[in-house]
Amino acid sequence: MTTKPRVAVIGMGYSGFQPTTPHASFREMMFEAALKAYSIAGIDDPRSQVDAFISCQEDYWDGIAIADEFAPEPIGGVLRPTFTVSGDGLQGVAQGVMLLKTGYFDVITVESHAKPSDIVDLGKIYEMALDPIYVRPTAPKTAVPHYIAALDAVAYMDSRESGEEDFAEVAAKNRNNGLTNPLASYAANVSIDEILESEHVAYPLTMYDISQPVDAALVAVLASDTAVDRLGAWDRAVWIDGIGYNTETYIPERHVYGTMPSIRRSALTAYGEAGITNPLSQLDFAEVDDRYSFMELLSLEEALLGEDSIELLRRGDTYPEGKFPVNASGGSLATGAPFEATGLMRLYYAYMKLLSMQEGRGLVVSWRGPPTYTSAAAVLSYYGGGEE
Amino acid sequence: MRTNIHVKDRVAVVGAGLTLFRRRMLETPQELAAAAARMALDEAGLTLEDIDCVVTGTAPDAFDGVHFNGEYLGDGSGAVGKSMVRVYVGGGTGVMIPVAAWWHVASGKCRTVLAVGEEKMSPALPHPQYVFAYIWDPILERPLEPNLIWIFAMEMRRYMAKCGGKKEDIALVSVKNKRNALDHPAAQVAGNITVEDVLNSETLVWPVNRLDISPVSDGAAAMVLASEREARRITDNPVYVEGIGWTLDNTHWYNRDLYYPRYVEYAARMAYKMAGIEKPIKEIDVAEPYDPFDYKELHHLEGLQLAPRCGAWKLLKDGFYDRDGELPSSPSGGLLGVGNPIAAAGVMKTIEIYWQLAGKAGARQVKKEVYRGVAQAWGDLMQVGTVIVLGR
Amino acid sequence: MVELEGTKLSEKEIETLPGVIYYKPFTRYKFTAGYAVSVFLEGLKRGKIVGSICRRCGRVYVPPRSYCEYCLKPTDEFIELPDRGEISTAVISYISAKRGRLEKPEFVGVIRLETPGYREGSYEFAGLFHKICGITEEDVKTGKAIGMKVKARWRPPEERAGSILDIECFEPIGGGED
Repeated sequence: MTTKPRVAVIGMGYSGFQPTTPHASFREMMFEAALKAYSIAGIDDPRSQVDAFISCQEDYWDGIAIADEFAPEPIGGVLRPTFTVSGDGLQGVAQGVMLLKTGYFDVITVESHAKPSDIVDLGKIYEMALDPIYVRPTAPKTAVPHYIAALDAVAYMDSRESGEEDFAEVAAKNRNNGLTNPLASYAANVSIDEILESEHVAYPLTMYDISQPVDAALVAVLASDTAVDRLGAWDRAVWIDGIGYNTETYIPERHVYGTMPSIRRSALTAYGEAGITNPLSQLDFAEVDDRYSFMELLSLEEALLGEDSIELLRRGDTYPEGKFPVNASGGSLATGAPFEATGLMRLYYAYMKLLSMQEGRGLVVSWRGPPTYTSAAAVLSYYGGGEE
Repeated sequence: MRTNIHVKDRVAVVGAGLTLFRRRMLETPQELAAAAARMALDEAGLTLEDIDCVVTGTAPDAFDGVHFNGEYLGDGSGAVGKSMVRVYVGGGTGVMIPVAAWWHVASGKCRTVLAVGEEKMSPALPHPQYVFAYIWDPILERPLEPNLIWIFAMEMRRYMAKCGGKKEDIALVSVKNKRNALDHPAAQVAGNITVEDVLNSETLVWPVNRLDISPVSDGAAAMVLASEREARRITDNPVYVEGIGWTLDNTHWYNRDLYYPRYVEYAARMAYKMAGIEKPIKEIDVAEPYDPFDYKELHHLEGLQLAPRCGAWKLLKDGFYDRDGELPSSPSGGLLGVGNPIAAAGVMKTIEIYWQLAGKAGARQVKKEVYRGVAQAWGDLMQVGTVIVLGR
Repeated sequence: MVELEGTKLSEKEIETLPGVIYYKPFTRYKFTAGYAVSVFLEGLKRGKIVGSICRRCGRVYVPPRSYCEYCLKPTDEFIELPDRGEISTAVISYISAKRGRLEKPEFVGVIRLETPGYREGSYEFAGLFHKICGITEEDVKTGKAIGMKVKARWRPPEERAGSILDIECFEPIGGGED
């Protein structure tokens, strides 16, 4: 069911997408991303034209307790309704959508950033993410947090009769896809054989199967249909037809390995709102989570895009020139995973992709990464600049 | 923000729950959250299956020493398999939680929301104070080795210099709130104390003494919010959310005159506008301003437009804000009396307004008839105002 | 009153509970100062307080920002400010960052810097949070310190590192007299 008002993304901007960004503070990166987003959205004075500001971040990533202190200045949110979501950018977008659907708000800014190059030892930060009483004391100290994902990968292989060669194919596809994406710092002209021959970081995952952290800031401007009209933004309005987010247990023993139910529930919510009953035929492409190569396969299945995503891959359907391109951007494997900005990064690609099409519909899926089992999904559409 | 729009579905508070607030608790953060959530669901006569969405809040992750603290708390907050979001505005989080719950329901996205705030400050060693070292700007402030109390003392000093209140005038807030807390079931530091007790307690950072400050606490608080249609099935006399507002000021607190919290004023005006309130001091019957320090309650009453600027300490002296006064302030006993498990404390304040309006405040029920109340929290580096107006 | 859940522990109990987990976080960062703050830190090394100005609204920012948070546009240029101003607020700290008792109390406060073009008493101002020396507990308590004219006491050039600590403290101009 689509409730009024309808909500669109009318502009997005970014900064960074490099492994290191020594020239700018994360705040200066936020500012650059915000200016670009407002420029595309046609917002001349964000301080009066934007009704609320949402920043998505986590304290331990920023190295600041109560990191929302630093949220308002660079995005125009000083002395304005600004708050933080401790979660992925897409969860922030979902909050923005709800604010717009109350009818009290017309334009919302959603921001997220990551500066992993500021962190000396990322493994130690991930260690802080484990339950301090039951998990942390016995947790492995190497390949943090990849061993957690590897548990899911092994279980997935086991249940699907798939193997490392499928993961390698995803990794090769996405790293090569990234060669045409100017943001993809980790793109590579690597072959499946080369990946299969490289060492495991945590079995069955090699370094090619694992996305790298990347410095980036992203800003999205959301608007109600009234505001789209007022701003004359129909040509750049990509509609959010449905959006869902979901959280599963945080207790590792209770997670069913080889599944990601939070993606399924998020997608079902998004499909329900968008009126989608047969995703594979009603959607044109998907940008789904691939923080780890196997996650692309798992994400597609959990998002009900075909019963067997390995089959789709083997048939070539999910390649850029295939029937249903998946992660044509190169995904996180080629572009990196900018912490909580990962969801907005996927949204950015889908937004630009849809604007380049006459008409189209796509799915974006983001998972927060190990050790969480939290995900979000959104269905986006574009009507070529005219009213529907 | 638009106002006077046609409201599709009003949002009601239908249940509330608390744990004890104490310096050190045996229960894990998840267990505390679960206990408060259970009590809130019980009051509403609902089970977890009836809940569509969950909003959680907890302030600095460094207290629990847990990264992804929202996820960690989710298991105890009934969030497994549900849409769960953690909203975060430092100390202002407590009131931001029910504010976020409001938009979950008002948007039509969720019929029922469980809103949970939890804080466990005690595990941090050597002292929870130390955690606050990390809230400062890492390049321009942390090298000075600041203590969190510095910033409050600087603000209190500025308020005294500009507004004329003396330490003994401000101490009256502590006296009032600790007395009010004698009737609160969660209270950690309730008591009948005098102004002299406050003045004679240890001076930490002049002008702040130990009894000017709320304690270090563990605890949780939870609310259930529902659409009007759901609420009508649960109760004949729902308490509604009439207005919400929040504002974040700039990071550079030392580039502002600290005597007045303009960000609280902005947040309050946003909430009042939505609620159609024009003269807050006349139209608000009961208030729960955030009181981690005694001067803060005065500061916030002024920001909330419930006192003339620089005038709150004078009204306080006249008994204006007493439980049987004209505008009872912190009838719960506030953070100074009930305790300050940060995110849970703001929820507790909102719950107090709900209980006052529903006539469920027991011995704390204020003398006057109440139709409308406001709860507010504050946070970050003198930056955040979060405000919620409830009415019946 | 209703009975609430929760089990209170004493300080001793919390240490003797079976299964208490001690964990020392090892989180380390190398924070990027960014463009504007780097210019500020380099200025400190030279013994100068550098701010930035937005010509659209006229605001002067100390510490400098590379963008104006009110106009949401890049600031126009860096300017040097006098290293003096007046005390906006000051307090006496008897405790350390870790809550331990200090042997000798410390004075800290907010300095409102002398900024050409700013009217006195404006709500916003260019200013710094820093230590204050050369004032007494009496000065703070009586309010004499508030509004007092102060000046930066710089570390010797060879000791400066491009840090906020290149300023040792702010001290009264003319030994405490106005």
